[in-house]
Amino acid sequence: MTSTLTVLRAGPGVSVQDGGRPGWLEYGVSRGGAADRLALAEGAALLSQDADLAAVEMAGMGGEFQAGSDLRIALTGAPMRASIDGAAVAWNASHMLPAGARLAIGAARSGVYGYLHVGGGIQTQELLGARSAHLAAGIGSPLAEGDELHTGPDSGRTTGLGLAADDRFEGGTVRVVASLQTALFPQAELERFEGTAFRRGARGNRMGVPVKSDGGGFRPDGARTVVSEVIVPGDIQVTGDGTPYVLLSECQTTGGYPRIGTVVPCDLPLLAQAAAGAELHFRFIPLEEAVELERVEAERREGLRSQCYPLIRDPHTMTNLLSYQLISGAIAGEEDVL
Amino acid sequence: MAEVSAAPPVPEIRTVGVDGMLISFGSRLSEPANRAALAFRAALARESWDGVEEVSTSLVSAYVRFDLRHLDHAALRARLEGLLAQRDWYAAALPGQRRLWRIPAVFGTELAPQLPQAAAAAGMSEAEAVASLSAARVRVQTIGFAPGQPYLGELPEAWDIPRQTQLTTRIPEGALAVAIRQLVLFSVAAPTGWMHAGQTAVRLFRPDAEEPFRLRPGDEVQFTPVTPEELQGLRRDPLGGAKAEALI
Repeated sequence: MTSTLTVLRAGPGVSVQDGGRPGWLEYGVSRGGAADRLALAEGAALLSQDADLAAVEMAGMGGEFQAGSDLRIALTGAPMRASIDGAAVAWNASHMLPAGARLAIGAARSGVYGYLHVGGGIQTQELLGARSAHLAAGIGSPLAEGDELHTGPDSGRTTGLGLAADDRFEGGTVRVVASLQTALFPQAELERFEGTAFRRGARGNRMGVPVKSDGGGFRPDGARTVVSEVIVPGDIQVTGDGTPYVLLSECQTTGGYPRIGTVVPCDLPLLAQAAAGAELHFRFIPLEEAVELERVEAERREGLRSQCYPLIRDPHTMTNLLSYQLISGAIAGEEDVL
Repeated sequence: MAEVSAAPPVPEIRTVGVDGMLISFGSRLSEPANRAALAFRAALARESWDGVEEVSTSLVSAYVRFDLRHLDHAALRARLEGLLAQRDWYAAALPGQRRLWRIPAVFGTELAPQLPQAAAAAGMSEAEAVASLSAARVRVQTIGFAPGQPYLGELPEAWDIPRQTQLTTRIPEGALAVAIRQLVLFSVAAPTGWMHAGQTAVRLFRPDAEEPFRLRPGDEVQFTPVTPEELQGLRRDPLGGAKAEALI
């Protein structure tokens, strides 16, 4: 069954995103796609569907949405206040959005990018093989009041599942591998880079984020000019004034600033989700270790579906029912567990 | 004093992030290194090894992104070394199916206000600069930074002028900007340190068109001077009056 999702109100950074459009680097188009790919996998697990399906990405602030017919939804990524017709609903969980009900999603309580997934995925027009808006490339546009999005056929039935949130919304340490120009930086500069407490700068977006520190800028050895080379998400460019700038999914495809390192893909969600001011540290790891991390992360993402648990437990499936204290603190039994 | 070696540089393989490799044919832009990168990328595309997800080029290098589940670093490196050893890539021919594009451009006027500055930097009068830029047949050395946006070269030596240290806040789509013996033809409006010497009406990237990108690496381009009035008339045409012919 297909449905529609109408945008009644949208924050400034709300857009349709999927896994992006690989394969166009040769023509100057970076892959783009969701800033937090783990959130896409989590939404797909909660709705038991393909992780390639498109969802609504909300940067910092959500919006209000209404479904044309009953629609399964899931909410993942940066936790935001959410309610359906005024009743609070759990984050990192799936729900039924009844036809005509208003889904209101507020500001992020921590992190940056929240996601609204729908059963069957959002079905906007495919351009160059994907539905992701790539604003830097002029593909698609942000969502706005009045937009009506079609959703794909949804064969799933289940809602009311939750998934433990992978904690990545408060900054922390991201692991880095050596990049094309890491060797241009003196060892002392690399050690200072690892020892520095950075703060995510205020001027970040889907293309990348600057990281600031109280110490001086970082300098490669001598005034080396670097020929423009391919850029990949996670690359940490050091710009003219020595400020590191971490590139995200909507980055340019080539660049001539020296790169001090590259954030490993499985730690990129933590970086993308660091709100302005969040503390960040970088730690170099050997390439072999990063390859192994990626293998483990791919397996973990594939197993997310089995990690989902029911938000409201059905007494028939609770084998240890008698061990529960069922009398005091009675609840209506309809609320999701927040 | 160290002797300057005339031997061509040796290709170098380095990793890019966790799942990519870069095959560099030089540490600075040169015609042989650019040809080598284009030819090696074409060879990689023909080989289409299992596990290779994407190949592309920058000015002097080819890039391979691969699936870590199907290829490991050692195996891919060995294959790349094998392919590199098969021939002298610096002597490779340009890619096939190349075209020569003639693109109308206004040089100078308020549409391209930095022509005087660029001409002065190159040690020419404005008239000499227009004659030089419109006589040059430049090649698409790579497409990058923005969708469909070509780096065009190589211009005569006089155009080895630096980028500005101060960025121009916004240069419009279709702008032709010059620095370091290259031209960039902008596919989107963007800030830049390159000098805005010409303006065209060509749209290089149309995401919903059957052929979204006009130019391919290896294509040649020549800019034909027109008046601002003539360019205005060409704006209705998404090609902006650009015409292509096949290069044999």
